[in-house]
Amino acid sequence: MKRTFAPVTLIVAAALAASPVLAQKKYDPGASDKEIKIGNINPYSGPASAYGTIGKSIGAYFKKINDDGGVNGRKINYISYDDGYSPPKAVEMARKLVEQDEVLLIFQPLGTPSNSAIQKYMNAKKVPQLFVATGATKWNDPKNFPWTMGWQPNYQTEGYIYAQHILKNTPNAKIGVLYQNDDYGKDYLKGFKDGLGAKTNMIVKEVSYEVTDPTVDSQMVQLQSSGADTFFNITTPKFAAMAIRKAYDSGWKPAHYLNNVSASPGSVLVPAGLDKSVGLISTQYLKDPTDKAWANDPAVLDWNAFMKKYYPDGNLADASNFYGWAVAQTLVQVLKQSGDNLTRENVMKQAASLKDFVLSAALPGIKINTSATDFAPFESVQLIRFDGKQWVRFGEVMGK
Amino acid sequence: MNKRTLIFIAVALLAACALPLVVSNYRVFQFTLVLVYAIALLGLNLLTGYNGQISLGHGAFYAIGAYCAAILMDKFGVPYWATLLAAGALCLVVGFLFGLPALRLEGLYLALATFALGVSMPQLLKYHHLEKWTGGVQGVVIVKPNPPFGLPLNPDQWLYYFTLAVMIVMFVFAWNLLRGRVGRALIAIRDHHTAAEAMGVNTALYKSLTFGVSAMYTGIAGALGAIAIQFVAPDSFNIFLSITFLVGIVIGGLASIPGAIYGALFIQFVPNIADEISKAAPWAIFGIFLLGFVYVMPFGVAGAIRLLMARIARKAKNGPHTAGAPMAGKTQDSSHTAG
Amino acid sequence: MDAFIHQVLAGLATGGIYASVALALVMIYQATHHVNFAQGELAMFCTYLAWSLINAGFAYWPAFLITVGLAFVLGVVIERVVVRPVENSPVLAVVVVFIALLVIFNSIAGWIYSYTIKTFPSPFPAEPFFGNKYMSSHEIGAIGVTLVVLLLLYAFFRFTPLGLAMRAAAQNPASARLVGIRVGWMLALGWGLAAAIGAVAGMMVAPIVFLDPNMMGGILLYAFAAALVGGVDSPGGAVFGGFLVGVLENVLGAFVIGNELKLAVALVLIIGVLVVKPTGFFGKVHVTRV
Repeated sequence: MKRTFAPVTLIVAAALAASPVLAQKKYDPGASDKEIKIGNINPYSGPASAYGTIGKSIGAYFKKINDDGGVNGRKINYISYDDGYSPPKAVEMARKLVEQDEVLLIFQPLGTPSNSAIQKYMNAKKVPQLFVATGATKWNDPKNFPWTMGWQPNYQTEGYIYAQHILKNTPNAKIGVLYQNDDYGKDYLKGFKDGLGAKTNMIVKEVSYEVTDPTVDSQMVQLQSSGADTFFNITTPKFAAMAIRKAYDSGWKPAHYLNNVSASPGSVLVPAGLDKSVGLISTQYLKDPTDKAWANDPAVLDWNAFMKKYYPDGNLADASNFYGWAVAQTLVQVLKQSGDNLTRENVMKQAASLKDFVLSAALPGIKINTSATDFAPFESVQLIRFDGKQWVRFGEVMGK
Repeated sequence: MNKRTLIFIAVALLAACALPLVVSNYRVFQFTLVLVYAIALLGLNLLTGYNGQISLGHGAFYAIGAYCAAILMDKFGVPYWATLLAAGALCLVVGFLFGLPALRLEGLYLALATFALGVSMPQLLKYHHLEKWTGGVQGVVIVKPNPPFGLPLNPDQWLYYFTLAVMIVMFVFAWNLLRGRVGRALIAIRDHHTAAEAMGVNTALYKSLTFGVSAMYTGIAGALGAIAIQFVAPDSFNIFLSITFLVGIVIGGLASIPGAIYGALFIQFVPNIADEISKAAPWAIFGIFLLGFVYVMPFGVAGAIRLLMARIARKAKNGPHTAGAPMAGKTQDSSHTAG
Repeated sequence: MDAFIHQVLAGLATGGIYASVALALVMIYQATHHVNFAQGELAMFCTYLAWSLINAGFAYWPAFLITVGLAFVLGVVIERVVVRPVENSPVLAVVVVFIALLVIFNSIAGWIYSYTIKTFPSPFPAEPFFGNKYMSSHEIGAIGVTLVVLLLLYAFFRFTPLGLAMRAAAQNPASARLVGIRVGWMLALGWGLAAAIGAVAGMMVAPIVFLDPNMMGGILLYAFAAALVGGVDSPGGAVFGGFLVGVLENVLGAFVIGNELKLAVALVLIIGVLVVKPTGFFGKVHVTRV
């Protein structure tokens, strides 16, 4: 009789030790039983202030999550600071968030310069710099920067895809490129040139512009005068609208590839003129909420309802607000997966363990995948063409 | 300098030295930036406040100093303290060379020339032929230096003390420069150019040299700033930086050495305060702060303090019972001395 | 050759933008001897007011006229309330006030109207004149409007007693007071007119560059350079300067130095002009007595 007790005790003890349900709650600074502190840095002022609405839409979404009970019973305490798109300010705000506000992680800091500035600091301090809001390629480097992860398909991949499309369909094209003279513009250009491979001499003219330039008319005239019949348009929304309009008005009708950053009908094509935007080619990985094709899609209806209740001042024609909603959902998923183990290490681990994660906001067939060696959640995109009224998908999903 | 001022300075220095030991690292970092801006503002003040040459482009010299430090540290492994000397020397030369043709320009036109310099700087830094050195749009990342001799300080604290030491040296140097012949010559040129010329002051030399020295100060500040932030990128040094510097010296107090410190405190902390007051339109709040300061203290904080001290001194001299009637006080005084 | 002509014409079109803002800068300089850095933001803000009116249902020309009127009143109010207190302060303190106005207007516009770009209608036909491919009707029309404003301004300053009084108040306030000119109100009037001209410039510029709070930032720099190279006290010079800067920038960017450095080179050239001719092409030489 004595003998039977020992094995039972052993079994019970083993079961207790192995059971994760009874595991200790683990917290790093910023996490507690009641709340999770999430930091964010966005340009609410300065040259990139148009993107400040992303930070606001994210905040609105977290408010909704809190109203619905929070994540695993914890409320999200969202702290967002303005860096004015200035790297020194971004460094200051990152330090404030980490050292003074003691957030668990910094989510969606926006802009390549700002993220470049804080990357070393975040990795030295071992604080997640999670789902950064830029498409630069350098965020997918888990070996050297294990605490930094991107989210959107990177610019080089997109440029590469356009180049491949040109090589396949118009191998004798004469290409003109307009690009913004900064990190974003040059990243796209690099991917594009990589995609052309040995045939970069197809580019007959390459012109840049600064964000402070009033117009890009001169650059467009230069491109037209070069005799190019294909145009790769790497511009942010305001300049994209000007470029599209000027091309049409000058009678220049090239095969026109427009970067995804400026593909929003509401923010770009309508100001440019819908009739002037016919034939534009771009890529997309998220649904376009202003596209009538998705008018009855559950995700878009969901988002519209969300905007109406939680961010009524937000512009429904601005794709950035849809983007913010989508990326916030990704973070919530990661936090959910982390359960009660809210250490920074575990959060990064969970972020790097998203397998075929489907966001309702994404286009069909495009899923999020991450692993210990793959810190690029979105890697596939869909080519789209504008028919004068909306973007129409064509071809298959490209990328990884 | 009288005893009271010396006591103030001693107390301020003591407080500055004790600061890193009592506040968090984040605050130490912020105050290091304040010291950096103070050096930059002193440079601008030398040129604009004391010598009357308006510069809307000092951000460019700050940028040159920052990039000088970054490139030397990153590509050539030069120790951080040596980069200050290089940055200072480079900016001295560049400033002087800029000052020479600028001699022909006065007031508005000089403002435009310096404005042009400030505006062009980001484009120059991004220029693809220079990309090999400047890192182009990607910028350059640098490592924060560790305290030497195994001192029990963390890198933030060490950098603060280092910056403080540099600042004290540069402030003393400027004070020395300004209270002698050079200072008088600069102010003479500012207040009455033709008379100064007539009195035999070599205005051309002084003006160009002042440009050089002013650029040197701001360049050294830029180098320190780069080491503190650990990152330089072309678009950090846009025209708004130059305008911020100008705002700083006006708010702090033109032609005033302590004014540089007040101005630095203003440009570092008031935007943060404005951000906390209003998330919706923080720069509008900042603008209102600017207006408030300029209305209440048109001669800057330093000017206001000077007026305040003068008023206190006057009250003390006249005695408490004659506070409202200066004339009566005067006669009382003279009757005192007479009797 | 065709490319060159195209660039020159495009340069005239953008130059027209610079010219109109430069006119507002010169206006305020002639009236107050200050360069108002907030002129661009003020113009942008007034353009947003026009946008609100049009969105509320007003037709273009009524909205235009109401906006010009509102701009005038706004300019007068700003001078009396915001600039008056620093009238006797050092010049740089006044500059800081202008900078404060700049950030305040920019921030408030962003807050009220958000930062997404908006379209602003043009009173000119959508099709280009004679079907030409070089300049849109609006660009040509905008230049026309600028020239009309220039003529009105010239006539005002040259032929009306009020214009004369304003010039006197700016050049020599003390003597002007002695002859009975209300200097304070002359300054306010100057601000009002400058604000009105700025509003016209904004409404001509917005259809080209799209309406957003940062629309005037880049333009102000060029307008400043244009005003100085033409002579800061000459309205005709400002317009000339605007066209010169526009064409120069385009030609330099396309044929000489590439787009990366065209701004720097254009400014160097302008400064070169100023070193040789310190008061600009058409400015008056001021002799100051010792």
